[in-house]
Amino acid sequence: MYSEKVMNHFMNPHNVGVIEDPDGVGKEGNPICGDLMEIFIKVKDDRIVDIKFRTFGCGAAIATSSMATEMVKGKTIEEAMEITNKAVAEALDGLPPIKMHCSNLAADAIHAAIEDYLEKKRAKQPA
Amino acid sequence: MAKRTVYMDHAATTPVDPRVVEAMLPYFTEGYGNASSVYRLGQEARKAIDEARADVAQTLNCTPREIIFTGCGSESDNLAIRGIAFWNRDKGTHIITSSIEHHAVSHTCEQLEKHFGFQVTYLPVDKYGRVDPTDVEKAITEKTTLITIMYANNEVGTIEPIAEIGEIARAHKIPFHTDAIQAGGALDLDVEALNLDLLSLSAHKFYGPKGVGVLYLRRGVRLLPPQTGGAHELNRRAGTENVAGIVGLATALKLAQGHREENNRKLIALRDRLIEGVLSSMLDTQLTGHPKERLPNSASFTINYVEGEGLLLGLDMMGTAASSGSACTSASLEPSHVLLAMGIPPEVAHGSLRLTLGHENSDEDVDYLLEVLPGIVERLRSMSPLYTTAS
Repeated sequence: MYSEKVMNHFMNPHNVGVIEDPDGVGKEGNPICGDLMEIFIKVKDDRIVDIKFRTFGCGAAIATSSMATEMVKGKTIEEAMEITNKAVAEALDGLPPIKMHCSNLAADAIHAAIEDYLEKKRAKQPA
Repeated sequence: MAKRTVYMDHAATTPVDPRVVEAMLPYFTEGYGNASSVYRLGQEARKAIDEARADVAQTLNCTPREIIFTGCGSESDNLAIRGIAFWNRDKGTHIITSSIEHHAVSHTCEQLEKHFGFQVTYLPVDKYGRVDPTDVEKAITEKTTLITIMYANNEVGTIEPIAEIGEIARAHKIPFHTDAIQAGGALDLDVEALNLDLLSLSAHKFYGPKGVGVLYLRRGVRLLPPQTGGAHELNRRAGTENVAGIVGLATALKLAQGHREENNRKLIALRDRLIEGVLSSMLDTQLTGHPKERLPNSASFTINYVEGEGLLLGLDMMGTAASSGSACTSASLEPSHVLLAMGIPPEVAHGSLRLTLGHENSDEDVDYLLEVLPGIVERLRSMSPLYTTAS
């Protein structure tokens, strides 16, 4: 049911973990629904220099987290805001239709982390 | 430890016993006659079906006329529920069932409710998944025409007190059906001792072929067959008989029931070692279902902070086949209705694991499972935001 790429990312996920003192944190999903993602980013000169994730969820949830973090690592926050859940699924050679909505949340979680970063940055600037 | 192939999903299906295959083979290429035909080839097929029917009847302690062969366990459940409900529609439209039935029962009841104006009571279960017989009695109304409660649960292995429920049903003169599909090879099927009016079986759960089932229907209990056509199965299930399948079912049932006690002794020893091993090797892991009143081959768990599908994929990479009631392993997005009915929180229910043993499993298989499982769980937990929140 899963592509080889999904299985590779599930078995050997990239960027697993937490960042102590992150510049932005994003959360998507809900454990009651069976999927929860946390994304941590470190930003330097408006570029994502480090990104980590933790995910509770099925194979697709873990694989999309791994792929999405890989896709935006080193990108500017503007470029990273353009990544979509659909693009992540495509990069994994597709997902089973049932997984497209429930487990494909990584891009949303990354956007949430960037919003969090921008908000913190705004808060730091003098009014 | 070297990777090995371990099949621990016998509640899903079983391999066909080679002796069963041997018994079936003549009916594909030589004894291929239609059992309704008058000539010798047809009558040989008829004889094979009659013998199979007599064998099944003997195991169930009933008469051959009370045995209906069907196309699968789900069909047996549908025939029983829809057939009884529609036959008695003028008498009443109330059905009593449990909240942990297989979908073949629960979805049939839901359809009767939604599209045909029936009322269905879904009885609660305790934390082990057991129905309380007194709840059955309390739910009976003047309009009740069917009680359907499963013999043993497919997800958690809990055995229901069906003989007691049957006694209550009989006292109220209400037909009582049990889905015995998980119990077929392991538990007593004496319909008199169990006070049953209808019972469903499926061959592929006890080392028989897929595509053939049984419905026992007590003499005098009438149903309206949903499938009409020829006069097969005494007008209760139209369709040319699956001769090879029926012979296979009867052979498999005879083998399973004939060696039931020794098989169960072996399975229970393996099962209990598996349960003990899983619970002692990982924290935050619980047995689901009844600790004692459970199927001899069934070990089921919830493993906190992980999602069931990830467990299954991880086990599959290690050559091991298992099952989960996780939402992600089914077409729906809801976690197991069985675990939720037992009061298990949804986020925990997502991390369910079912290991169901069979004849070909050995101590070495259990050792291997216990060797690989903790590592798979630890890897998933290390990725899970729920794990660090908890620890």
